Amino acid sequence: MADSTKTTRGSGLSRRGFLKGISAGGVATGLVGGAAVQHGKVVEAAPAVVGPGDTAIKLKINGEVKSLTVEPRTTLLDALRNRLDITGAKKVCDRGTCGACTLWIDGQPAYACSVLAIDAEDSEITTIESLGTPERMTALQQAFVNNDAQQCGFCTPGMIMACEAFLKENPSPTRDQVRDGISGNLCRCGTYHGIIDAVLEAAKTMKGGA
Amino acid sequence: MATPQWPKMEKRALLGKRISRLDGPVKATGQAKYAYDMNRPGMLYARCCFAPYGAMKINGIDASAAEKAPGVRAVLVEQNMIGDEVRYVGQILATVAADTEEQAHEALRLIKVDFERLDMVLDDMNPANATGKPSGKEEGTVDDAMAAAKVVSEGEYGIPVITHCCLEAHGQVSEFKDGEMTFWPSTQSVSAYAEGMDQSIEVEQSKIHVDCQYMGGGFGSKFSHDQWGVIGALLSKQTGRPVKLMLERDQELMVAGNRPSAFGKVRVAVSPEGKMTAIDADVWGTGGNGGYRMPPVPYVFEGIPNVRNKGQGIKTNRGSQRAWRAPSHPQGCFITMAAVEDAAAAAGIDALEFFKNNLDLTSRPEVYAEQLDIAAELIGYKTKAHLRGQGEGPVRRGIGISIHTWGGMGHPSNCDAIINPDGSVEIRLGTQDLGSGTRTVVGIVAAETYGLPLEAITVSMGNNKYPFSSASGGSTTVGGVSSSTRIACTNALNALLEVVAPRLGVAPEALEVAGGKIFESAKPGNSIAWKDACGLMGPNPITKQGANEQKASQDLKLIDAGVGGVQMADVSVDIETGVVTLNEMVAVQDCGLIVDLKTAESQVYGGLIMGITYALYEEALYNHKTGRMLNGDLEFYRLAGLKDIGQLKVHMMTTEKYDSRGVIGLGEPPVISPGAAISNAVANAAGVRVPHLPLTPERVIVALQKGGILV
Ligand code: FES
Ligand code: FES
Repeated sequence: MADSTKTTRGSGLSRRGFLKGISAGGVATGLVGGAAVQHGKVVEAAPAVVGPGDTAIKLKINGEVKSLTVEPRTTLLDALRNRLDITGAKKVCDRGTCGACTLWIDGQPAYACSVLAIDAEDSEITTIESLGTPERMTALQQAFVNNDAQQCGFCTPGMIMACEAFLKENPSPTRDQVRDGISGNLCRCGTYHGIIDAVLEAAKTMKGGA
Repeated sequence: MATPQWPKMEKRALLGKRISRLDGPVKATGQAKYAYDMNRPGMLYARCCFAPYGAMKINGIDASAAEKAPGVRAVLVEQNMIGDEVRYVGQILATVAADTEEQAHEALRLIKVDFERLDMVLDDMNPANATGKPSGKEEGTVDDAMAAAKVVSEGEYGIPVITHCCLEAHGQVSEFKDGEMTFWPSTQSVSAYAEGMDQSIEVEQSKIHVDCQYMGGGFGSKFSHDQWGVIGALLSKQTGRPVKLMLERDQELMVAGNRPSAFGKVRVAVSPEGKMTAIDADVWGTGGNGGYRMPPVPYVFEGIPNVRNKGQGIKTNRGSQRAWRAPSHPQGCFITMAAVEDAAAAAGIDALEFFKNNLDLTSRPEVYAEQLDIAAELIGYKTKAHLRGQGEGPVRRGIGISIHTWGGMGHPSNCDAIINPDGSVEIRLGTQDLGSGTRTVVGIVAAETYGLPLEAITVSMGNNKYPFSSASGGSTTVGGVSSSTRIACTNALNALLEVVAPRLGVAPEALEVAGGKIFESAKPGNSIAWKDACGLMGPNPITKQGANEQKASQDLKLIDAGVGGVQMADVSVDIETGVVTLNEMVAVQDCGLIVDLKTAESQVYGGLIMGITYALYEEALYNHKTGRMLNGDLEFYRLAGLKDIGQLKVHMMTTEKYDSRGVIGLGEPPVISPGAAISNAVANAAGVRVPHLPLTPERVIVALQKGGILV
């Protein structure tokens, strides 16, 4: 926590990290929840004050560098959705509890609502837009369709990002490992049954095929 | 001539098969655009300043500082609130529209509200707070039956207010341009969204356009355009810019969907033969600031000969109740089935035997008997069951049963079927897909009618320019749209058959369609490919209408009403910590003719999971001093996660007997029983009734202590 007194380019403290700090034990941390705690990089030299007000930043999203203006308090999720019209990641709780905004920062799943946009500069951000298309889905996306792992579909982009990341770490998961690994993502329509089957099917396809 | 009746089971190519939803790929790739995702050029973001206390008198609202704040384009003060009383937290006092979301937020802080606090009521567990006129009835001689009974069991039950908690908040983008208003709302009612709105926004009905292709959950809470729909439109008119207004999570949970609570004291009389002979129920609860309808007690066992019931509502300072999947049924089911199982336990009779022995008190005994047997088989009742409280050790296992019913039927729906000269087919109707699979159902019905693959059909819906279809509620959509689609498609097909008949040298009546061909029924070799057939019709498409009219469609056996379902739960209760673990849950459900088995099963799985959630976790907790929701977030307003649901098994009744009734609808039924089945399983395991849902460890421990099981 001492870092937060230093003036750094990044805050050095994600909202998620802060929330975890004040409600220790109150947050369910599955793999995704745990992995989401991506602290901003603390830059030691030449501290610069950021904000208040508009700040120009560059974000590397799906391999492309985008220039935009945000306020220092703008979350990565709001920056994507409101400034860049990249809307796959959804805003639901805005507090790091539901996983609907899950994307990857430097390959690791993270809750975009709990990361400041200014802290995501210098990172590789990957959103669902860079995975499959309706015509060419990934094995997991196809398995979601096959197993009807979505109803309204609002939780789905976050689920897909969490499940893809989970499968990278766990290429041959058991049913129970899937239950543990994806427990950081919530669905209101009740699609969990299909999701478990979809992840298991995708694991098989990914091993068998390409 | 083609007739609108459903084809015989053995002649179906698609109906009733397991088919993936049409919009699955768009959703799985994140490309589906919801209201929340609509970004229009120059769009402003709106945020609401809402009442912080549950009861206040508003003397004035000063928004002058907010109006001058950076980026702010307009502030709309709810003038009608001035001098008036606030009745719940979350009531909108003013709304700011600004260039960015952050600026809108910031400006909210500058709004000054001059108010006095008033007294409020939040306690809905105390029946003394009831103000409404009691409803209820008395039939037979309840007291005599109680006196003559072998056993009279007595219990108290409660199910709190829960919220809809749609993952996509309520709200919309509105855009006023050239005298016309376009809405992209998150709604369950596309065709009727703008009804009653024209006067408040001063735009003619015909100049209001509504589009909703995808929506992130409704569950009964998104029928109306709501106050925020009007506010967004007015802000757009005032600023000449599109405006996005989506509720924030805390406001969403407080004002945009509450399911009424229900508490009850119930006595049940059991005869020496193990029959229920009388029930006496006193039920109360709150619909918040809205009205209260007594949940049905007795539920399903409506034939209990002697009945006395009384229901009364308590007005509380919370947001108004909204229809929540199967309105008042989960409450009536929980109270009744818990009381029934308590009666079985008091009489020392196995619960399954007791349910079966009393089925003649229901309106469909054969259906329930068949379903109870299937459910018992699926869950392994014979090997797992025991009488209440016979479990041993620190972790005790138990099974619980519940049965339910729902109406369904098909709502008013109109449809245009268009066959184009190039052989393509488009179906148009102003319905919506809440995630239940409506789009896919329409596609399947059309493809089946034309003997074409599903991909050959374009389903155009989710826009009010298409023929009127009613709001999606009460499990009436699939009935409504499948019937209107079938009729429209049949009408268009018959027009095409008229064109084709001369070519095949027979009367249109002699023709049928299947496998991409139109052919003579008696001589299938005399045929023409669908595409070639359509080429015969000249340059103009064939467009025919179809409408679902309830009585006519029911006579044709296209649709029907009334289903039954049985659910059983297998739980473990840790009697030292009070933690309930769901091991397994089984749902057996009928819903008439099933259009798509895959999405139908999904509805049931989803119902089970939502049910597990309210049985074990959900409760809207309010601060009785401020009237504010204490858990207005997703951390402390808990939804079940992947780890919490145990093993689920779904069995749909698909035999001819059920199928021949026509389409009935399925959204509501599977969510009715879980609370009762799980509570009964916990009672069976723990040896004592935990009277209130959700079954939190604390409540379980208190019940175990009261029951003398934990000392
Ligand atoms: S919106 Fe980010 S975790 Fe819920
Ligand atoms: S599919 Fe609707 S919230 Fe998950």
